[in-house]
Amino acid sequence: MQVDWSVIFDYIPQLIAGAKVTIYITLAGLIGGVIIGTLGGLMRAYGGRILNSIAFVYIELIRGTPIVVQVMFLYFALPVLANIRIDPMSAAVLAIVVNSGAYIAEIVRGAFLSISKGLNEAGLAIGMPQWKVLLYIIGPLAFRRLIPPLGNQFIVSLKDTSLFIVIGVGELTRTGQEIMAANFRAVEIWTAVAVIYLVLTGTMTVALRTIEKRMRIL
Amino acid sequence: MSFIEFKKTSKSFGPLTILKDVDLAIDVREVVVLIGPSGSGKSTLLRCINGLETITGGDLIVDGISVKEGHARLREIRQEAGMVFQQFNLFPQMTAAQNVAIGPRRVRGTGKAQAREEALALLAKVGLADKTEHYPSELSGGQQQRVAIARALAVKPKVILFDEPTSALDPELRQEVLNVMRQLAEDGMTMVVVTHEMSFAKQVGTRLLFMEHGKITVDGNPRDVIENPPNDRLKDFLQHVH
Ligand SMILES: Nc1ncnc2c1ncn2[C@@H]1O[C@H](COP(=O)(O)OP(=O)(O)O)[C@@H](O)[C@H]1O
Ligand SMILES: [Mg+2]
Repeated sequence: MQVDWSVIFDYIPQLIAGAKVTIYITLAGLIGGVIIGTLGGLMRAYGGRILNSIAFVYIELIRGTPIVVQVMFLYFALPVLANIRIDPMSAAVLAIVVNSGAYIAEIVRGAFLSISKGLNEAGLAIGMPQWKVLLYIIGPLAFRRLIPPLGNQFIVSLKDTSLFIVIGVGELTRTGQEIMAANFRAVEIWTAVAVIYLVLTGTMTVALRTIEKRMRIL
Repeated sequence: MSFIEFKKTSKSFGPLTILKDVDLAIDVREVVVLIGPSGSGKSTLLRCINGLETITGGDLIVDGISVKEGHARLREIRQEAGMVFQQFNLFPQMTAAQNVAIGPRRVRGTGKAQAREEALALLAKVGLADKTEHYPSELSGGQQQRVAIARALAVKPKVILFDEPTSALDPELRQEVLNVMRQLAEDGMTMVVVTHEMSFAKQVGTRLLFMEHGKITVDGNPRDVIENPPNDRLKDFLQHVH
């Protein structure tokens, strides 16, 4: 069989539709993941024994199991347990939220705890409540240290969406497989799919580098 | 009632008892100098006053409020009792003026313009009128410590706690910080100062405390106590710091 790159053009609209689904799952998932991760990380770093334990169990549960198992659980097992219906798309977004949230929590915890304890005490000593010290003093400092590992996690999560092929979400990888099934153009189609992933992760990398450069790292 | 009252105050870290049934009363306008060997509990005693350490026995009253009355009351105490740290602990992402203004802004609820104006006046008072827009990394140690004093003053405390404010400084930078502290004392500020600067203790201090193993073993007039140490361990200690 000849390699014929022109066949890709026929499938561009379909591939773009798949890429859009991938982008949607990634963005929605990461917004939730950042929120959950920030909460979890702060609970780990500053919470009392109970909050700390809750966050610890969540993080270890997620980090100790594969994301494919997590999304299978959300899509197939949770409906049985909780008697609710969940569509594949929601299961996919939820899986990224829950999964990236655990890793982001560890990143947030590390960044906040890397800021000198003395600065936290200086904030408390002028009479600020702990939450204001975190918001106005420690947070802005920790944020600068957060960007590189956070960027890394964003890229990992984006690529993880390809695993949701197992619950039949029409994201980019699944789209590639469907096209393949119709025309058997493996080289052309998988090359095209890989290039689209590279463009997506590359865009993320450039965006993060730009943010990083704009900030004074202290 | 005294301004600060330790009542059989104890502090343990796990099995390690650092403060042992301390009884101590400090009045307004006193300049108390606290000395003692490393590890004797000086920092811990100071940090119990503003609740950076939680006492584990007895009670500790600051301006009529017990440190055991909970978070909200503790924040009131912290507004009454400012602290200056050995390592300055200035906020690195803020200019000198912002470091000083953040207390009034976020604690006293002062408006932005007013907080800045007060900050500039305080920085002028500690001799840094020309450094207000500098970041901590652009200042010498002595200048950073003076910003830290201005930051503590900005919240309008009734007492300032100094934990070895000159120990991290090169000898030639210490005097500028000590001069600011002397000025504060002359203005009538109540101060508790952990330091090894014996000339400061003699000239500015109104009272000298010597601490050993979590207990205050000598309490007297700085001049008298330094010239005629009432116990051998203090005599020995003074020979080593001179
Ligand atoms: N957070 C802590 N946990 C355990 N031990 C501590 C803690 N902080 C201080 N200590 C111990 O308490 C003792 C007294 O410390 P400190 O008050 O800093 O002494 P000083 O300021 O007189 O040098 C030291 O032995 C120190 O190791
Ligand atoms: Mg100390």
